Amino acid sequence: MTEERIGVYVCHCGTNIAGTVDVEEVSKWAGEKLKKDGVVVSRDYKFMCSSLGQELIQADIKEKSLNRVVVAACSPHLHEKTFRTACQKADINPYLCEMVSIREQVSWVHTDKRVATEKAKALISGGVLRVAKDEPLEAIHVPINPATLIVGAGIAGIQAALEIADSGFPVYLVERDSSIGGHMAQFDKTFPTLDCAACILTPKMVDAGDHPNITLLTLSEIEQVDGYVGNFTVTIRKGARYVKEDVCTGCGICIEKCPIKVIDTNFEAGLGYRKAIYRNFPQAIPKYPAIDTEHCTYFLHGKCKACQLFCPTQPNSIDFEQQDEVIQIEVGNIILATGYDLFNSRRIPQYGYGRLANVFTSLEFERMCNAAGPTEGKVFLRDGITQPKTVGIIHCVGSRDKHYNNYCSVICCMQSLKFAHLVKEHTGAEVYEFYIDMRTAFKDYDEFYQRVLQEGVHFIRGRVAEVTDAARLPGEEGKLIIQAEDTLIGKQRRIPVDMVILSAGLEPRADSEEVAKKFGISCSSNGFFIEKHPKLDPISTLTEGIFIAGACQGPKDIPASVTQGAAAAARVLGRIQSKELALEPIRASVIEERCSGCRICNDLCPFNAITFNEELNVTNINQALCQGCGTCVAACPSGAISGTQFSDEQILAQLDGILSLPINSGKVKTLESVPA
Amino acid sequence: MKYGYYPGCSLERNAIAYQQSTMAIAKPLGIEFIEVEDWNCCGATEYFAIDALAAYALVGRNLALASQQKLNGDRNQLVAPCSACFLNLYKTDHYMAEDNKLNANVNEALAAGGLHYDPGTVKVRHLLDIIVNDIGYEAIAERVTKPLFNLRVAPYYGCMIVRPASIESFDNPEYPTSLDKLTHSLGAEVVDFPLKAHCCGGHMTQISENTALELIRRLLKNAADYDADMIVTLCPMCQLNLDAYQENVNKHFGTNFHIPVLYFTQLMGLAFGLSANNLGLGKEFINAKPALDKISSEPLKKQRRKKRPPKETLPMPTMPEES
Repeated sequence: MTEERIGVYVCHCGTNIAGTVDVEEVSKWAGEKLKKDGVVVSRDYKFMCSSLGQELIQADIKEKSLNRVVVAACSPHLHEKTFRTACQKADINPYLCEMVSIREQVSWVHTDKRVATEKAKALISGGVLRVAKDEPLEAIHVPINPATLIVGAGIAGIQAALEIADSGFPVYLVERDSSIGGHMAQFDKTFPTLDCAACILTPKMVDAGDHPNITLLTLSEIEQVDGYVGNFTVTIRKGARYVKEDVCTGCGICIEKCPIKVIDTNFEAGLGYRKAIYRNFPQAIPKYPAIDTEHCTYFLHGKCKACQLFCPTQPNSIDFEQQDEVIQIEVGNIILATGYDLFNSRRIPQYGYGRLANVFTSLEFERMCNAAGPTEGKVFLRDGITQPKTVGIIHCVGSRDKHYNNYCSVICCMQSLKFAHLVKEHTGAEVYEFYIDMRTAFKDYDEFYQRVLQEGVHFIRGRVAEVTDAARLPGEEGKLIIQAEDTLIGKQRRIPVDMVILSAGLEPRADSEEVAKKFGISCSSNGFFIEKHPKLDPISTLTEGIFIAGACQGPKDIPASVTQGAAAAARVLGRIQSKELALEPIRASVIEERCSGCRICNDLCPFNAITFNEELNVTNINQALCQGCGTCVAACPSGAISGTQFSDEQILAQLDGILSLPINSGKVKTLESVPA
Repeated sequence: MKYGYYPGCSLERNAIAYQQSTMAIAKPLGIEFIEVEDWNCCGATEYFAIDALAAYALVGRNLALASQQKLNGDRNQLVAPCSACFLNLYKTDHYMAEDNKLNANVNEALAAGGLHYDPGTVKVRHLLDIIVNDIGYEAIAERVTKPLFNLRVAPYYGCMIVRPASIESFDNPEYPTSLDKLTHSLGAEVVDFPLKAHCCGGHMTQISENTALELIRRLLKNAADYDADMIVTLCPMCQLNLDAYQENVNKHFGTNFHIPVLYFTQLMGLAFGLSANNLGLGKEFINAKPALDKISSEPLKKQRRKKRPPKETLPMPTMPEES
């Protein structure tokens, strides 16, 4: 083995580090005291990540024949790649470059310069001993299958699908419902421009339905995901529609003839009915109806078959014998665009939803305003004939409330303003909005708020205590009374209204945890999928090849969902076009001779990279799937799993280095607060 | 099932009907109440506002006694039928656990009497809580021999039993339903009473009578609007205000309410077939007899057959099945 020749580079990061750490002292110390550990040169520099800083390292590598490099600067999350690339350009294997975080772990978390300087020295000492044990590694290259799976065909999923398909690559668009379109298809108008949701959505739905590169799988659920980035194998259960898609013309006669009418709690949000053979709406894609076997007389009692009887196609399109199909597809990347569930307003009983007839949810009101909805676009009370003269709209139902969801659901203010406008337009009624704070950020939104203010809508700032039909004062008889504290005038108010609309919040899908597990990603504490970085990478996840878009990542309006759909597609397209992906070679591997086959590690892997070889009674780790998290390495009772870049040898060497400094000698009193 | 029992002052005087009926139903339900020896007043609603530490110490003494006397062994559950007593005992235990300083101060005061209380050692529960959660609606329904068919009851919880919402509660703090379900299991017709958790005025009758009368009027009017034959309650304060001040309300507002207000334990006793004398019936100001005479032995056939709603009526939201 050649002699270690290590260079140490200590960054000032302007005053970010130098303000709290005596950088020059640290650098000088490393050059002298760590000579015995192979340090040949130690320097400090104002911005090590600048071109000049990198050139400084590269010049040393050449002139002083360095073969390993330690950079003490920010977190490796930010600049590890920069310095590794710089080393590679100077012909050192990039994995022989070690970063020591003296910003996030030192200068930003300490105030005592003396302590911080000592801690920086200790960490650098650890980095130097560790780099000596680093092994040269080669990146793992995996080919990328050009096909993409998109789960959820709401507006975000459709946008992503079209972007990828238009670029000439195949897409599988999987949707749970019988039609694509998602929540947007239920809406009437969209804020702030008030263009009709169907008018802007249905052309995209038609495009997605007809696209030669898009395979549409409706009534379908993902059963299993195997493989890894570039090479996923996905098992999909395509639910039986009981209508033959290759023969059906979508004429709709079967729907007309079906004698069974049930409340449609899905598309009509419970406000309208559908037949037992149904289509969500006239422009549904695909256009074929589906049979709801829970209510169909034939499926329940073995007779009726009215749909089949009246079906005009030759051969008949109705097929009661159709079965679910299980399909396997191969894809390189996956985009999850699974959307949201509406907060269940029954959880706040004092608002009366479900008890008081004329309390409606936002989604019910959307359906009511929609010309294709249960009232054909007329705003009526629950009796279906009376127009309201006064309407109260309650914001933040289930949002910004520690009893339900702490977060802001983002869309409700604008949605409520839209409702106020629509109520005025349809009925001329007086409208009262009860809000906590008015949040109308983003383009043209506040202008819309101003417009609604001009239209004479009353705004009351205060959270509603209750909605009741218990009349107390004259004028309240027969009305719903909204009781709220008006925080701007400091008084309790009781506003009698005919109709109440609850602007219910957005929640993660009820099965989001389960879905996340299936795809090897995580949910945040409130249940939405976690992105790789909240600001710089909101559409990636920590699992390579799995992307997220739209409201499954957090509450979002239509423009933001479309943006994320397109962004996720762009990322996937980049991957497809580069044909292969270099993966970090930080991986765990099993030393088979040592593996006892105890299987303790088998269920721990968050990335599903571990399989068990029954024949040899040993565990295997898929190198492309492994993300190098180290969970299995730590768990293995036999020490049979080793992690590259994180071997016991490397970590023990690093600890030796850190502990070699007399930091507990009592000289530095505040060291108790320093993490060991 | 054995429970420690803290009756509180009201149950020995104005709410003696509550006490009698509670004891009467205990037997058929298999409950044994063991009264705390030498208990004292809970401080009611005012004392905490006047001198918090003294009030906490006052209540702490009761907890210390209950803990010391190990009334029902290791379970050490203490049942209070009065909402004010329940809340004071419950919150004293809760705040002593949460606030070390309060805990130390209360115990310093208790030490003067040779007592000590470790928060958390006694589990304080309301009578309604143990009846619906430990006994259960089904077991209660099984004991019913004379169902309260045809009696329309407005269940009234008052404001103390499930609040404050920040403390874990056995029912929804804004719209509780346990008394509704209990009343339903006795065979009565339950009114979805909108003001069920609103204030009865408390001791406001002594401080600002007009305010109190208005609060009482709201409750009576709402019950009348809903055609309730009676109001059923679980709190001596609520019962007193609605019952004893009903005539004052009528005088003050020119109204003509005659709505009897009974304790839920009295209704349970009637449904269990117990004698009215043992249930303290007849002690109420507004005579409950005319309302109780409405009870029929058979469920009345729905007089108006449910008409199909007109075609244009929009469907109501589906609600989860009532258990």
